[in-house]
Amino acid sequence: MSDATFIVVAAIAKILLIWAIALAALLPNLVWAERRGAGMIQDRPGPNRVGPFGLFQAVADVIKLFMKEDVTPTYVDRFIYNLAPWITMMPALVTFAVIPFGAPLDVTIGGVTRHVPLIIADVNIGILYIFAFASLGVYGIVLAGWSSNNKYSMMGGLRASAQIISYELSMGFAAASTFLVAGSLRLPAVVEWQQTHVWNVVPQFVGFLIFLIAVFAETNRLPFDLAEAEAELVAGFHTEYSAFKFGMFFMGEYANIIAASGLVVTLYFGGWSLPGVAFTGVWGALASIAVFFAKTLMFIALFIWVRWTLPRFRYDQLMDLGWKVLLPLSFFHLIVVAAFVAAK
Amino acid sequence: MGTPSAFLPILLMLTAAAIIGAALLFLNGVMGRKVRTLRKLGPYESGLPLLDESRKRISVKFFIVAMVFILFDVETGFLWPWATVLDEGGWVVFWPMVVFLAVLALADAYLWKKGAFDWE
Repeated sequence: MSDATFIVVAAIAKILLIWAIALAALLPNLVWAERRGAGMIQDRPGPNRVGPFGLFQAVADVIKLFMKEDVTPTYVDRFIYNLAPWITMMPALVTFAVIPFGAPLDVTIGGVTRHVPLIIADVNIGILYIFAFASLGVYGIVLAGWSSNNKYSMMGGLRASAQIISYELSMGFAAASTFLVAGSLRLPAVVEWQQTHVWNVVPQFVGFLIFLIAVFAETNRLPFDLAEAEAELVAGFHTEYSAFKFGMFFMGEYANIIAASGLVVTLYFGGWSLPGVAFTGVWGALASIAVFFAKTLMFIALFIWVRWTLPRFRYDQLMDLGWKVLLPLSFFHLIVVAAFVAAK
Repeated sequence: MGTPSAFLPILLMLTAAAIIGAALLFLNGVMGRKVRTLRKLGPYESGLPLLDESRKRISVKFFIVAMVFILFDVETGFLWPWATVLDEGGWVVFWPMVVFLAVLALADAYLWKKGAFDWE
């Protein structure tokens, strides 16, 4: 097997692996966990009829989405209306590409040993890639809201766009601090730094809080779900979407939550590493993947917990928090971290 | 690592994502019902008759937020290359960025005072 073939085969294997875990295993169960969690917090059973503990509810939901009628209302802008779900779903699915999800592994095939880092694409502009694709998601929401030609969708799309861009700045400044200490824009470098030093959450706790709040706003989750605000806007930008076009928005939203949790874990909680544990060999790699997804699951649980606990912000409160609190705070945080790095 | 070939897996992934999306929509097209009625194809207004239009005037605040975002976002772009060299350069690299960020903070304070971030 030549080097080029090996790289392509390894890339396909890694893509399949990460999607099998994140999309096929995590995503449906995440929807289930969210509804059961809601039931638990609101003192009611939640979905408990399909399968044991209602575990097959997600499967039933997917089949239902397939059987539904895909209505395209007559007055929509057809081209953009059909394009928007793609622009939301595709970036959400490919954000995983630059997040390292396990310890590097040596693979021997036909007497040749090759080093395989467990990351789909180890590009030197990792964080830039993530921010670029996170921003692309905004287009999907705005275009969906505009092309639906429905006043609720329009307002939902507008609110979502203004919210996402407002929090992206704080998110960028907070993330920059973790790359300052690592001295590289590659996410594996951040993980390596945390392995040899300390998890970023300890010295950069303020940065972590800023980043976490911004991530909640970026993924349009409560308490920042003004884009949907079902009491005011029906469902916001996807009111006019039905069947699997709606399903694509839904998939995009949950894939974003998984990717965002993975990113928080990678930047602030040591990624796949554990302090004092060396992951070597195939079993080590498998264990590190398990560690990564266990940490990611904790943040997903936090997302669900927060959603059913906190009430929604008002729009002016949301903008105040973003521009008047988080942005100056993240400025200040960056300069303090930079001073520490420069002093070394 | 910095070569364009490092981005090849991302291209693969995008293609695969497109195939997944197309397959899902195709399945939906085959299995879904198709019963079109006039009411169903009209705009959804929570059951009320359509009384006004959807293309309304948009608050100027949204435009201001968009403009301010572009300004600040372009400037955060300068942070990324700077972040990679700070640990080698030390204070010589540190101070120019502090000056730069001070200008940004000044702009932020000005916008704040002008009420660009105030929503009624």
